Amino acid sequence: MTLLEGRGLACSRGVATLFRDVSFRIGAGEWLAVRGANGSGKTTLLRCVAGLTRADAGDIDRDGDFIYAGHLAGIKDDLSAEENLVGALALRGVGAGPQAIGAALFEAGLAERRKLPARRLSAGQRRRIGLARLMLDPAPIWILDEPLTALDDDAQALFARLLARQLERGGLALIATHHALAPAPAHELRIGP
Amino acid sequence: MNIAVQGGLGIASPGSFGGGFSWAFARDLMLAVRHPGETLLVVAFFVLVASLFPLGVGAEPQLLQRIGPGVIWVCALLAAFLSLPGLFATDYADGSLEQMMLSPHPMAGWASGKIAAHWVMSGLPLTALSPLLGLQYGLAPDTLAILAASLALGTPVLSLLGSACTALALGARGGGVLLALLALPLFVPVLIFGAGAADAQAASLSPAPHLSLLGAGLILAVMTLPFAACAAIRIAVD
Repeated sequence: MTLLEGRGLACSRGVATLFRDVSFRIGAGEWLAVRGANGSGKTTLLRCVAGLTRADAGDIDRDGDFIYAGHLAGIKDDLSAEENLVGALALRGVGAGPQAIGAALFEAGLAERRKLPARRLSAGQRRRIGLARLMLDPAPIWILDEPLTALDDDAQALFARLLARQLERGGLALIATHHALAPAPAHELRIGP
Repeated sequence: MNIAVQGGLGIASPGSFGGGFSWAFARDLMLAVRHPGETLLVVAFFVLVASLFPLGVGAEPQLLQRIGPGVIWVCALLAAFLSLPGLFATDYADGSLEQMMLSPHPMAGWASGKIAAHWVMSGLPLTALSPLLGLQYGLAPDTLAILAASLALGTPVLSLLGSACTALALGARGGGVLLALLALPLFVPVLIFGAGAADAQAASLSPAPHLSLLGAGLILAVMTLPFAACAAIRIAVD
């Protein structure tokens, strides 16, 4: 049973306390929306849960393999969209054949531009590489930071479908976003003062 | 803070040192092929500076033979230093470093792969070119061979030392100056034993002690410095 749980998380940056005593529990087929004003610590919370940033206090239970996608997509300008996708999957040890890669790029609307260096893609197209990665990676836990930034309506709808599929197959997601998303979140977590 | 992680449900393969090493090594070489300017800059800097010295100090054969090994070693050291700042900084800036840290592979694996790729793009061409540049200084063939051998043992140590220093300077403003202050003093022992080996050969003494010390330094560096670089990266990403 996939589960993501945080208990009593606290984090401070310098003298400022970002959040304190944050607890949540996400079960299979649920997603949790993290809301809060700019600078309230949403990104820091997600980085703590992913294990990138050390929290001052609290416990995190990650029962399952996860992917984290932050503001920086980890896309190399000199590699093509396809090479970036293949590289990201290979790093995680996900085996995906050329057909699956091609289909994912097609669905993400990058079929025509798959061979172009990423530096010639727009901000939204670069984010679409991340969507293709979400399609192919079987990780049951998603930790996503503002996944809808720079995406047009089509791509936002595609993301909603991917999220619905992830929840259907028993996965879960922790998403920091200002947008309303089609599968409604099971809970909302509001952080900040 | 405790993080409990249980078995991966969907992952295709568990991480391994070799998996991370080969992934990072192949990727960095591919990026270097796509963007060959940096490697060419290192090589051009090495050749140009080493060629300027005979013009500056005069074409006295005895003087050139005397200073040749040392000058070539200093040029190689500076050329290797030149390519260091980009080793982790570009991956840090575009978020790739985070994704590598979150991969199932141990950090030391992909960090070592990146360092090895850095050596292939800096130390290896410098070592291969050094006998050619040594000819400009009228070095004897046996001295040229020892010079190349000392560079082959010493330049990987430069890449390893430099990787730990550049990881420490990650995210710092004015990182380039900081990197020079951190790395160049640490390069001194490598320079002394490297140039010393070729000098000893030129003076008809055995270069073996110098080469042995360089080899020992290389083994020590391979065993420890990737882990130091990982610790520094972890601090920078936090």
